[in-house]
Amino acid sequence: MGNHQGWYESLAMVLACVTVFLFSMESVLAAQPTEWQMNFQPAATPVMEDIVGLHEGVLWLIVAISLFVFGLLGYVLYAFHESRHKKSSTVTHNTTLEIAWTAIPALILVVMTVPSMKLLYHADVVPSADLTIKATGYQWYWNYEYPDHGEFDFDSLLLEDDELEPGQPRLLAVDEPVVVPVGRVVRLLVAADPDGVIHSWAMPAFGVKKDAVPGRLNETWFKVEQEGTYYGQCSELCGANHAYMPIAVKVVSAEAFQAWVARAREEFASNNNEQTPQVIAHNTNQ
Amino acid sequence: MAKTARLTQGWRRYLYSTNHKDIGTMYIIFAVAAGLIGGFLSLIMRLELFDPGLQLVEHAGEWNVWISAHGLLMIFFMVMPALIGGFGNWFVPLMIGAPDMAFPRMNNVSFWLLIPALFLLVSSMFVDGGAETGWTIYPPLSTSGQPGMAVDMIILALHLAGASSILGAINFITTIFNMRAPGMTLHKMPLFVWSVLVTAFLLLLSLPVLAGGITMLLTDRNFGTTFFAAAGGGDPVLFQHLFWFFGHPEVYVLILPGFGIVSQIVATFSRKPVFGYLGMAYAMVAIGFIGFVVWAHHMYTVGLNVNTKAYFMIATLIIAVPTGIKIFSWIATMWGGSIQLKTPMLFAVGMIFLFTVGGVTGVVLANAGIDTALHDTYYVVAHFHYTMSMGALFSIFAGFYYWFSKMSGREYNEYLGKIHFWMLFVGVNLTFFPMHFSGLAGMPRRIPDYPDAFTGWNQVSTVGAVLSAVSALFFLYVVAQAFFKGKKAADNPWGKGATTLEWSLSSPPPFHSFDTLPRVTSRQ
Repeated sequence: MGNHQGWYESLAMVLACVTVFLFSMESVLAAQPTEWQMNFQPAATPVMEDIVGLHEGVLWLIVAISLFVFGLLGYVLYAFHESRHKKSSTVTHNTTLEIAWTAIPALILVVMTVPSMKLLYHADVVPSADLTIKATGYQWYWNYEYPDHGEFDFDSLLLEDDELEPGQPRLLAVDEPVVVPVGRVVRLLVAADPDGVIHSWAMPAFGVKKDAVPGRLNETWFKVEQEGTYYGQCSELCGANHAYMPIAVKVVSAEAFQAWVARAREEFASNNNEQTPQVIAHNTNQ
Repeated sequence: MAKTARLTQGWRRYLYSTNHKDIGTMYIIFAVAAGLIGGFLSLIMRLELFDPGLQLVEHAGEWNVWISAHGLLMIFFMVMPALIGGFGNWFVPLMIGAPDMAFPRMNNVSFWLLIPALFLLVSSMFVDGGAETGWTIYPPLSTSGQPGMAVDMIILALHLAGASSILGAINFITTIFNMRAPGMTLHKMPLFVWSVLVTAFLLLLSLPVLAGGITMLLTDRNFGTTFFAAAGGGDPVLFQHLFWFFGHPEVYVLILPGFGIVSQIVATFSRKPVFGYLGMAYAMVAIGFIGFVVWAHHMYTVGLNVNTKAYFMIATLIIAVPTGIKIFSWIATMWGGSIQLKTPMLFAVGMIFLFTVGGVTGVVLANAGIDTALHDTYYVVAHFHYTMSMGALFSIFAGFYYWFSKMSGREYNEYLGKIHFWMLFVGVNLTFFPMHFSGLAGMPRRIPDYPDAFTGWNQVSTVGAVLSAVSALFFLYVVAQAFFKGKKAADNPWGKGATTLEWSLSSPPPFHSFDTLPRVTSRQ
């Protein structure tokens, strides 16, 4: 009897775990890399959808070209191997052929350029924005400001291994993620510590990557179509702890965003007076 | 006479050498040594990446020191010395029927400048914690971000290596323009000579720009200038423009001589003249020209104007056309031939195969829009290792096996050579193909520790790296075996397909190559 009950208990535990696991999968599925992943993370913005689409097209094209070249290579190595083809020809020219293998690749490239240009301009030209956020790269964390929502800013720091809660990915989770409303055009200004080094704000699921260069103010944008937490990492070598400055964006409903702003205004209001944020040293002696 | 004899014997023969063959040999030995150091670094880099978390290093910066040294070693001290200093020195004079290089003593300086350069680079790893900047040494990380002396040592190492290459380039251009045997017109030159000529121009025009850039870096670091410091009115991105104005032609410097070698080998082992000779020669010239006007495709994410990006994208895509001409012409050279799959030919075919993979992923990356997602990820690492670690390295091994008997007078063991090829071929593919997947999934470059989801493909890569490392040791064994047990080589071991002038000389060629100038009547 006791055995029986234990069995039920374990089953309930397993089911609970699976549910939690599936639930956590659901909420982060579109947001972070997965084991043995072979392609892009699922697109969360229109720009990333276009990137995935164009990449798919170009991928088919290059696979076809590669197979064509490998097929030819395999064929000549087989058919003209000395064991099958004793006497070599002396042909060294064929004008038609030479024009063809110059013109056809050129034509293919011209055709490819059209969707490629569309994507480039779509991604680069910022539409009229619903809100603006400024990300500033420091060694080794990001600081975020919300100029449209009052004078507050906060630092977003890596969660150490012992601070991780279940389901939070190591090296990706942060203590304070950026929070943005779903379905709104967010203009992102990217800057760097004026006395620091170059970083790069990258979010794979958004198709966004913009360098943070001291002395420059870069601009990009995204419009996330699904709520969830999205993860990225600094993508420009910035010194010893380059691997330890993740980027996390929490995308929430408009109401939840307003509520968060109200809380953040209070919580981070004091940060303005104190311009030297705390640095958490991670695995470094520097 | 006695004095001459003393100068050509013992250590003096090498230290004071003005002989292109001896200098070429020293370059090749130098390249092998530097390649082993760089290869060892890549092995320990990959071992660290076998598992997430830090295992071999205590703090992440140490690993960054390895990647910086690995990149610089492989580019400036392995590939360039092997292809240009080694094979270029050995075979350009022989192929055009010249008795030596135009400036033999300058040739000596070119080589010996590399020794202190290598010393500075390797020792920088142990000074002030080493340079954590990557081979691209971008400021402000390389200026205010790295106050120790290591970066200064790297800058000086690059200055010396750069001066060495500029002198070498002048030497090659002068030799090829002025010292061809009677009848050897430019359009009759073997394609390897064409490739070295184009490479020499790329070096001559791009290296001074690098020298300027790193000198500004040096003065920013030590003498209070602010060329690249925003606080003083400078711009960090300016350095990136200067660096890649050098850096992009540089990648063609690394691969063009390989194109030349592969052309010679494919023709030799197909027993057929090169197909579309003029197209092949001018495709290299075109690649050289366009290679100078595409540099900012390395900088799509720095915040360039969108129209600027559009221009660099189109210019970059155009390079695919001459590259395609080369690939198709190699296949057409084999078409209708009588192909012998000896080790050099295996490496040449392997190079064509792998370079095609690296080439088509280059087309993906050229698309500025797609590159936003792939820039600074492992996809880029996969791409440039398919072109460099495989394209350039396979052409170096192809050339090494092709000319080994000519240079040493001994024959390598064909069976062992083929084992070496297959080990390396499997090893590098296992190492670098999975990096495409990691890169697409979003794994950034230059991180010693990664989110756990990336573990799988990283472990596959590391297994491949171990196999490649074993193949490097096996290569040393193949060479030792050839020196100790190898048969004495014939003047022309490859038969009727090998038509260039070096095969008309003994193996190894006499100290002084041509007592009477050869007369050239036809291209082959």
